[in-house]
Amino acid sequence: MLVDDKKTRTGHYISFVLLLGAAALALLPLYWMVVTALQQPTLTVTFPPEWFPSNPTFLNFTRFLERPHVFRWTTNSLLISLAVTGVQVFTCAMAGYAFAKKQFPGGNFIFYLYIASMMIPGQVTLVPLFLIMSRLNFLDSYWGLILPGIAGPFGVFLMKQFLATLPTELIEAAIIDGCGEWQTFVRVILPLAKPGLAVLGIFTFMGQWNEFLWPLIVTNSSSMRTLPVGLALLQEELPMQYGLLMAGATFAAIPMIVIFLMFQKYFLKGITVGALKG
Amino acid sequence: MVLSFLDYQWWGIEFVGFANYSKVFADPIFWKAVVNTAYYTLGVVPLWLGKALIISALIFPFRKPLQTFFKAAFYLPHVTSAVILSMIWLWIYNPPFGLLNYVLGFFGVDPVAWLGNTLTAMPSLILMQVVMGGGSSIVLISAAMNGIPTYLYEAAELDGARPFQVFMRVTLPLLKPTLLYLVVTGTINSFQVFTNIYLMTRGGPQFSTTTIVYMIYDTAFKQFQFGPASAMAMVLFVLTAIFALVQFRWLGQEVEY
Repeated sequence: MLVDDKKTRTGHYISFVLLLGAAALALLPLYWMVVTALQQPTLTVTFPPEWFPSNPTFLNFTRFLERPHVFRWTTNSLLISLAVTGVQVFTCAMAGYAFAKKQFPGGNFIFYLYIASMMIPGQVTLVPLFLIMSRLNFLDSYWGLILPGIAGPFGVFLMKQFLATLPTELIEAAIIDGCGEWQTFVRVILPLAKPGLAVLGIFTFMGQWNEFLWPLIVTNSSSMRTLPVGLALLQEELPMQYGLLMAGATFAAIPMIVIFLMFQKYFLKGITVGALKG
Repeated sequence: MVLSFLDYQWWGIEFVGFANYSKVFADPIFWKAVVNTAYYTLGVVPLWLGKALIISALIFPFRKPLQTFFKAAFYLPHVTSAVILSMIWLWIYNPPFGLLNYVLGFFGVDPVAWLGNTLTAMPSLILMQVVMGGGSSIVLISAAMNGIPTYLYEAAELDGARPFQVFMRVTLPLLKPTLLYLVVTGTINSFQVFTNIYLMTRGGPQFSTTTIVYMIYDTAFKQFQFGPASAMAMVLFVLTAIFALVQFRWLGQEVEY
């Protein structure tokens, strides 16, 4: 038995080292981004590269923040992400509640339509969506950036799955206690749905904050750009200014990394919930 | 929310001419884009899933906090956007000053223009995706592994199976539904690759990294030919649907405990 134990222990050590190596490899690019951003602006394209900044400075960050429109891009990204997340969490909770706990004619059929629309890749509807937005005169405006985002079949699906697990007796009890439809929803359902809403909110926010293709297409003037689109433009404009570019990338990455570290539990849970479809 | 269905209506309007389709199908670059998309997908999906599977298997025996630590570490790149990752990798792949050529220089490898070369451009994009990806699949596979009842492992051990055999004969078959789900979603995601290509290669050099979605973007929003672009989008949709169906058929037998 002793021999066997020793064997498993060395096995553990080996896999631990392997895992550390793989994790380091996956995180190395992010580390490299930060290191490059902290270099002296002139030092960035020196050779050989430095693994640790010998002379760290925030100069690249101040240079990035002083560029035209950077503040506006950040505000745009924040505004759009918050608006979409707010609307989605609320409407998806309501729709999910209706699908999970209410009987109404065609309910199942409409729900399957939602699921079917989830299967259609976003790129397939890109052109028609763009044409609709141009008809509505929403191009290059906040409406054009926000409206398509709030259509969230995935969120409805997620909330339905989540709310279906709540016991129906709770709703009945609320009605007996004299709650109206609206009160039941706000006082009973919403508080119980908090964990589900948190997962949905976090993932929606992340998706919007990182979204690239749609804002790229729908915006035209540089003051309407979002942060990712603005960064891509900067990359085109100054392809060799790696210090500046990496500072911009770090700036855009930090909010999400902070949110991730704060709400890690919800992230890891959300991935599993989202995938466990019937 | 109804918007997502309106493409059918729009497509009906565009139906006036099959001309769009014949135009698209006669375009050699479009076929090149289809082949490139397949190349990318065939490169990314097996490697990425293999990586996720191996890492999940390695994580599994450890205690809960350590498991969570590794899951979080592998998931971290996922919370940053594809734009940011592409920018970082452009810098890493940079021929004279990038990190990759510098490290390879120690092994006597001459600098390579990774993205500027028809031969290496696509493998470079695949490599980036495989190194950075896998985080969410690791979380999913680990969850599925934790769901496998322990008595199955005990029974296998009593029967004298070695760890590797246990993995191949017990774990892997029971993970099938999860793996199927990951293969399907991974394939669909790879079909849709756009941001990396837009930022890193613009479909070049010589169309060697032009994928279907990049071409849709280029046709619709650079050349403003909405008709052909919609035809391409329909081809993409049909291809996606076919692949999802085939994979379900191929891997989707019921799992028996």
